[in-house]
Amino acid sequence: MSWWNEFPSMNTATLRAVKKSIDESFRGFTREYGEYIELFFEPLKQFLIWSERIMLNSPWPLVILAIALIAWLASRNLRIVIGTVVTLLLIGYFDMWEDTMKTISMIFVCTIMAIVIGIPIGIAMSRSDRLQSVINPILDVMQTMPSFVYLIPVVMLLGIGKVPGLIAVVIYAIPPIIRLTNLGIRLVDKDVLEAADAFGSSNWQRLKNVQMPLALPTMMAGINQTIMMALAMVVVASMIGVQGLGQPVLKAINSQYFTLGVFNGLAIVGIAIIFDRTSQAFGKRLQKHQEVVHG
Amino acid sequence: MGDAKESPRISIRNLYKIFGKNPEQYVDLVKQGMTKTELNEQHGHVLGLKDINIDMPAGGIMVVMGLSGSGKSTLIRHINRLIDPTAGEVIVGEEDVCKMSPGQLREFRRHQTAMVFQKFALLPHRTVMDNAVYGLEVQGISRTQQLERAQHWVSRVGLAGFENNYPNQLSGGMQQRVGLARALTNDAPILLMDEAFSALDPLIRMDMQSVLLDLQKEIRKTVVFITHDLDEALRLGDKIAILRDGEVIQQGTGQEIVLNPADEYISSFVKEVNRGRVVLVETIMKPLAEGNPGEGPAIAIGTTLEEAAKTMTDANVGKAHIVEADGKIMGSLDIHEVISSMVTPIGHDDAIAAE
Ligand SMILES: Nc1ncnc2c1ncn2[C@@H]1O[C@H](COP(=O)(O)OP(=O)(O)OP(=O)(O)O)[C@@H](O)[C@H]1O
Ligand SMILES: [Mg+2]
Repeated sequence: MSWWNEFPSMNTATLRAVKKSIDESFRGFTREYGEYIELFFEPLKQFLIWSERIMLNSPWPLVILAIALIAWLASRNLRIVIGTVVTLLLIGYFDMWEDTMKTISMIFVCTIMAIVIGIPIGIAMSRSDRLQSVINPILDVMQTMPSFVYLIPVVMLLGIGKVPGLIAVVIYAIPPIIRLTNLGIRLVDKDVLEAADAFGSSNWQRLKNVQMPLALPTMMAGINQTIMMALAMVVVASMIGVQGLGQPVLKAINSQYFTLGVFNGLAIVGIAIIFDRTSQAFGKRLQKHQEVVHG
Repeated sequence: MGDAKESPRISIRNLYKIFGKNPEQYVDLVKQGMTKTELNEQHGHVLGLKDINIDMPAGGIMVVMGLSGSGKSTLIRHINRLIDPTAGEVIVGEEDVCKMSPGQLREFRRHQTAMVFQKFALLPHRTVMDNAVYGLEVQGISRTQQLERAQHWVSRVGLAGFENNYPNQLSGGMQQRVGLARALTNDAPILLMDEAFSALDPLIRMDMQSVLLDLQKEIRKTVVFITHDLDEALRLGDKIAILRDGEVIQQGTGQEIVLNPADEYISSFVKEVNRGRVVLVETIMKPLAEGNPGEGPAIAIGTTLEEAAKTMTDANVGKAHIVEADGKIMGSLDIHEVISSMVTPIGHDDAIAAE
């Protein structure tokens, strides 16, 4: 009755052999193709470096002005703009400007990547129930897998640095935009689609004129969540060499500098609130046509 | 606007539509006489349409009537194939719509048909004007042309000044007229109107009926018009078909249906109708002896009793004579006959005797 009290697990030697052979073959793969993979991600790296350089090399008043302008254009809300400016001034005053710029630049690039990859996947998913049933469980795994776990293969493939960090962040943050693009398109009123069909819309016209505009508010909610998740992941990704506000936090944990940790943590909260309010206000503005409901 | 091209006729042949998982499987059962209720209870499928055969006149208005759930919307959606039939053919002009490839179907929908929807189906994120131009935009017509052509119809349906409003800033009746403007702007030879006037107040409704009749005088589109209102059906319809439970129970001209209702169901439909507007003078005229010049004013064949009564009372006479288009004298009319036919139902026998 030993199997009753103790789980009949695979014997230790076999298990070790299995794990080892998987690791070995992955390492082999890395050794063989690592170079090409790095080459493949080279443009991404350049993009990252370029955006970081712009943020860091521009004079700080210009950067604040630019961010305030973007916040205004997206939200048309003076309170959000004032909040943004005050937050950035405080961050600068407490000497976290450089790290904050690095983090914002990272979030910017990650969000763009997530949108560029996520929206087409979401659209494809909305058009095929079969694809949806394949992708949904993958997204579930991506969202529930502890984020540290997929740092491992990324690091094995690409080493430590910006690009692997970016990939890890995008993988972590992309599910909401995919899911909500899919959902938004599927929720478009059947009657309206029928009307678009009745006038002879092609698939592309249908997507461009009806599905995308009507799904946009939902997609915007996905983008908002994606940004928030990217921000959360940036701290974790500092473990594999992503620079920015995460690094001091990591240092604070290792050396038990409470104040350092709190300050940088608050800076992250600050920019999170800026991103959140701005993108939400933008999403609201997209729904303007639904505001004045008659009858 | 609109080229002089003839509008096509539409023939629906042996059309069946069953809703459910395996519709093909049950067509034969339905053909053998299974009813809508039996199909639903025994097999969980809904019988939408059963053996529909209708010839819709080219360049005329075909009215479809029937109670809620009788299959009117389902039928009209077959004409531009928003719904695929389970069996049967929908022939427009020379072509079977059901056999078109996706590309052909798209072209057909763009250039041959325009539709007004029962539930309006406006694009909520677009203004009135941008809704109205949708059909032309899809066709790839220049923006200036789109706006010019749409403006005409937006104004004609009484929405001038609301061009930049969003649909949910408008009342139900106004939204319905946006749908109307959108379809009319498309200027297609076939116009499909699913309860297109149902949300309008009586005044605007009359006005929109006139729009449609005026349009028919100029262009003669093939119109399929669904309505619950018999007076509307009789005013507009060159031909009327009445559906029940997915089957056509009677089709014919307004007068044929009012004078000879096929069964109780249709009798109850036509009981309250204003006969003076439906029954034509030739139906009740008395034959005249050869060479008799006839008394009173000449009234053309095809005139309704109401109009004839008006002509006779205006002229202050009790008798009139009926003439054909070429002036040949057909018969005589007595004002007492006219009035009694308008107020009392014409018996089955009288109608036959008159034919
Ligand atoms: N997609 C569908 N799936 C299942 N049943 C359907 C579907 N569409 C219509 N039906 C059924 O077909 C029948 C006819 O519906 P239809 O909408 O054509 O009625 P209608 O005559 O237009 O009614 P109304 O006057 O209320 O608009 C109904 O019994 C309805 O339940
Ligand atoms: Mg209907």
